[in-house]
Amino acid sequence: MSTPEVVFAGTNGGALTDIAAYEAVGGFTALAKARALTPDEVIEQLNDSQLRGRGGAFFPTGRKWSFVPKPDKLPKPHYLVVNADESEPGTFKDREIMLRVPFRFLEGCLIAAHAIESKHVFVYIRGEYEHEFEVLRDSLEAMRKQKLLGGVTIVLHRGAGAYICGEETALLESLEGRRGQPRTKPPFPAIAGLYAAPTAVNNVESIATATQVIALGGEEYAKLGVKDSTGTRVFSLSGNVVNGGNYELPHGFPLKDLIYDVGGGIADGHTLKAVIPGGSSTVILTAEEAEGATLDFDSLTSLGTAIGSAAVIAIDDRCCMVQLGIRVSQFYEHESCGKCTPCRVGTHWLTQILQKIEDGRAAQADLDLLLDVCDRILGKCLCPLGDSDAIAVASYVSKFRSEFQEHIDYGGCPLGGSSSLEGIVAPVGLHAHPDELVHA
Amino acid sequence: MPALQLAQAEHGGWLPPEAFREVADALDLTPAYCLSIASFYDMFRLEPVGDTVVEVCTNVSCGLAGAQRVLEAFESELDLHAGETAEDGSFTLRTVECLGGCGWATIVAINNLHRLHVGAEDVPGIVAELRGEGVDVNA
Repeated sequence: MSTPEVVFAGTNGGALTDIAAYEAVGGFTALAKARALTPDEVIEQLNDSQLRGRGGAFFPTGRKWSFVPKPDKLPKPHYLVVNADESEPGTFKDREIMLRVPFRFLEGCLIAAHAIESKHVFVYIRGEYEHEFEVLRDSLEAMRKQKLLGGVTIVLHRGAGAYICGEETALLESLEGRRGQPRTKPPFPAIAGLYAAPTAVNNVESIATATQVIALGGEEYAKLGVKDSTGTRVFSLSGNVVNGGNYELPHGFPLKDLIYDVGGGIADGHTLKAVIPGGSSTVILTAEEAEGATLDFDSLTSLGTAIGSAAVIAIDDRCCMVQLGIRVSQFYEHESCGKCTPCRVGTHWLTQILQKIEDGRAAQADLDLLLDVCDRILGKCLCPLGDSDAIAVASYVSKFRSEFQEHIDYGGCPLGGSSSLEGIVAPVGLHAHPDELVHA
Repeated sequence: MPALQLAQAEHGGWLPPEAFREVADALDLTPAYCLSIASFYDMFRLEPVGDTVVEVCTNVSCGLAGAQRVLEAFESELDLHAGETAEDGSFTLRTVECLGGCGWATIVAINNLHRLHVGAEDVPGIVAELRGEGVDVNA
């Protein structure tokens, strides 16, 4: 299949970790081009490209940069912070970008720094990504030797294991050396971010793509993909498919083609039951809904879900939806930072009620209680972590209600221990409490 | 955080009380504050760990691919339950949340380096390799 590669252009399926090899495919020409432009002209290119943030919120990148005040308006240091704390379940694209095109990513950091007139870049990379950190460190050293940094300092900061630090204000707190708990917004990071100074926070893929936007020209980039979702996207495909992995495809690509053609279909002769289209916090799609969906903002939004972090998880007919709900909810419970009560307590409740349903101890009223708790989390916290759990769990109930009902009527799991998630063990310990108090 | 990371590396992979005193002295903070930071993050360990730390991802994608069987295989090969450290200090076995390798399930991190596509049938071989060569087994 020939699909245009933008982020991974020139790699031929391999990695461009040698600086000479990267230069041979046109590396650092975008940086030279950007530095010949004024910051406003760079932002204009980004606006023309209609590039929208690849972290999950899909916010227009050019507009985000334009929110950062000019240094003469707000005379404080300006910061670029790159969110490389990829940890949304199902998502593993940023690590592959950092491994295969580290220079394109770092080049994008310099371009973005130029656009917001910053001399200080922090890359917050999740602690579990050890190899990725080493590749970036070596690449950065190679660029320093070639004097490409132009007076900009790039600091690689390693996280220490906390999903919540992918939330931008929690990330800033963590970067400043505190517990990773989200801040109240406003003020937004563009005005008062890192050390209360103007800060742009961008995802790794957005930054790597920005390099290519400048290289190709904004209008040229916008010709790829579909309306409102321009360009390509690195889709992370996982779950019960034959060939899981990262695939760079244009937005608007049919979801079923990703699963059946690119991904080789459902493994072991099973049939598709459901698809999580954009990371574990998005609304689940039934196999029928997935049939007609395309991978872009409009199509997935019209189906009531979201493109999120473009992490597609295919789920086959062996999976019990209540068990899926438990495992997803356990994750959010584990990762809740504990700052806002609806999330800290609500995620625990959701797990408990789902476990009751799974064990056959639930009464009819518990299903209503479950949805009621979802309602009491939604929109009532500083950040969307609790919302993610509520949205996901409520969608499993609404789309697979008969299966939840069967658990209640039958007094246990109708799959009788044959579910693909049977016996799964979640990690213990919570961010919100000391270890000793867990599940007391 | 970098100071705590350094201290953890110096103290054999975990943070004993004296580590917090050292970090606090160096940064002009209190040990209690340093502990409050460390206790928030999964990768700071407040109890001793084994020489080899085996972490099995049991999030949704790995779970759909059978991470439970991989974990059970490690439990039986290492004679440990998830969350335990062997008495002789050789191994720690844990389950962890998504390691970001979902398309290459099951992901097992051994001393923080990731092995991809681990199946239950691979586990006896991995454990034999870890036992045979000591700590430095990450290929």
